[in-house]
Parts: sequence; structure tokens; C-alpha cells
Amino acid sequence: MKSLEELQAIRDRKKAEINNRTTGENNIRIIVGMATCGIAAGARPVLQAFGEEIESRKLENVTLGQTGCIGLCKYEPIVEVFVPGQDKVTYVHMDAKKAREVITSHILNGKPIAEYTYKE
Amino acid sequence: MIELSLNILDITYNSIRAGAKNIDITVRADFCTDEMEISISDDGCGMSEEMVKTVSDPFTTTRTTRKVGMGIPLFKMYAEMCGGALRINSEPGVGTTIAATMKISHIDRPPMGDLGQTMTTLIGASPATEFKLNFVSDGKEYIFDTKEIKETLDGVEIENVEILSFLREMINENIENLIGGKIL
Ligand SMILES: Nc1ncnc2c1ncn2[C@@H]1O[C@H](COP(=O)(O)OP(=O)(O)O)[C@@H](O)[C@H]1O
Ligand SMILES: [Mg+2]
Repeated sequence: MKSLEELQAIRDRKKAEINNRTTGENNIRIIVGMATCGIAAGARPVLQAFGEEIESRKLENVTLGQTGCIGLCKYEPIVEVFVPGQDKVTYVHMDAKKAREVITSHILNGKPIAEYTYKE
Repeated sequence: MIELSLNILDITYNSIRAGAKNIDITVRADFCTDEMEISISDDGCGMSEEMVKTVSDPFTTTRTTRKVGMGIPLFKMYAEMCGGALRINSEPGVGTTIAATMKISHIDRPPMGDLGQTMTTLIGASPATEFKLNFVSDGKEYIFDTKEIKETLDGVEIENVEILSFLREMINENIENLIGGKIL
């Protein structure tokens, strides 16, 4: 079973790591809607998937945030992606698998996935 | 909600929004008596008596000066549907406690689900807040306390994803170990 001793080992490794994370205006921001409707529709594992991808791929210029109601309840889980200098992209009906695809296609290769975006 | 841990996540966001510095989440599961209770207690801004009435029954209250929230009514609905009740104690300037009881074996009761992920999602949302989870079952107790974790981390950020993933597993393993084969 995981213990605080094990946590201490992770801590020591983290302390030794050089933190290159930037928090400038050039950061890409990924925001997940976490209001009641979002949570009910499955936003928690979507947030988790983004977090894991950002961590494991060491995406130092990407910040992940949570927000309340985006106002499109029936399209939840909703994710907004802000790339500096570009229009906001709103992804709807997200799940963990789509979140990982957004990381590879949109964040890493600069190609938003039109199929998953919100259309009026 | 497909998991009670999602209701806990949703209800606890209210506490964060209320400016709470300390949030205690207690899950009590007594398999002997077939009763469970989930309570979320905070030291946030609190609510007036009038407000408590409105938020727990938004559709029967005539004075609707604001958009109706669904989080508390949904939690209340689950409690009542599962042979229990929802209780709110709140005092402006002091804090709020929301507690729901349920019959463990009730056929309509959603499973607890990934409580570890609920805790780490909350920590990610508000790393400066202190969260304490008390998980009590048939006289045994597991306590997860971010104060203790932060002391152990000695300045390393608790909201780091690798640390959160570790904490999620640690919480879930400890709960599983505590209830030993039973299903909540
Ligand atoms: N712990 C709390 N402390 C203070 N106010 C609260 C708390 N929980 C709920 N409230 C108030 O009750 C309202 C309704 O809550 P809820 O049913 O979860 O819907 P929502 O969060 O979408 O507004 C909140 O907007 C808030 O004003
Ligand atoms: Mg709410």
C-alpha cells in the first residue's frame, strides 16, 4: 500500500528536478468546465487525462485550469483551449480519450480537431 | 451522477467558492447497520436561513432572484431516493455543513466510485485550501489530511500531477484496505 515514505521519495526526486515551467503570456491554456452539469457528464476523468498528458509529455508551456458553468449544459463535458494569437477553440462532449487526442493533434501539432468542436 | 464521489466533488466546490480555508469531508459506512453518511463541512461564508431553504428546494421557493443551482437538490434527491435525508446546517460568517444519509444496500444508490480522484481534483482546484477526508467504517478510520501531506512535501507543490496521481492511489488503496472486500 502507498505510504508517506514513498511520497518522500517522490518529493526528493521533484526537488532535484529543474522546473522549467513557464507562466508567461505565451502559455497555452486548457480549461475544463467543472460545474454540476459538467461533473455529471464526465468532466472529472477528462481533467485527469489532460493532467496526465501534460505531465508525462512535459508540456511546460501548457497550463490546465478548472472553471464553473460555461453555459452550454447539454454539450458537457466542455473544454476550452486558448492558444495565444488564435481564436478560442471549444470542445464539446469530451471524454478522456478525446482529451488525449486533443493533446496530440491540437496542442502538439497545432491542428484543432474540428469534429469535436462546438458548432452552433 | 453515476458515482457518489462526483456529488461530493460538486458539493465541495460550493465550499471552495464560499471561501473556505478548511474543508472536512467525512464518509461513514456502517455495514452492520446498513447506514452510510456523507458530510461536507466548511468554514466558508455560510448562508442565511432563507438561503438554506431556497437552495435545498429551489422549485418550491417563490422568491427566485438568482439562477437556480442543481448541485444541492440533486444530492438531496439521491439521499431521499435511497432511504435517507439531506441536512444543511449553516451560519453566516461561520460555515456550512451538508450531510446526506443513505441505506447502503438501497438498489438506487450509486456506488462511491473514485473518491481518490475527487480529492485530488479538489486539491488541484484549490491547492491552498486544507482538505481532510475522514473515512470511517465499522469502527475503523482512515484520515487523509492535506496539512500532513504538505508537511511531508516540504515545499514541493501538492498540485503537481505526479503527486496528485500518487495521492489518488494512496487514498483509494487505504479505503479499499479499510473496508476489506466490501463494496461501497
Ligand atoms: N458551503 C456553502 N457555503 C456558502 N454558500 C453555499 C454553500 N453551498 C451552497 N451555497 C450557496 O447555494 C447555492 C446553490 O448551490 P448548488 O445547489 O450547488 O448550485 P450552484 O453551485 O450551481 O449555484 C450556491 O450558489 C451558493 O450561493
Ligand atoms: Mg454547486
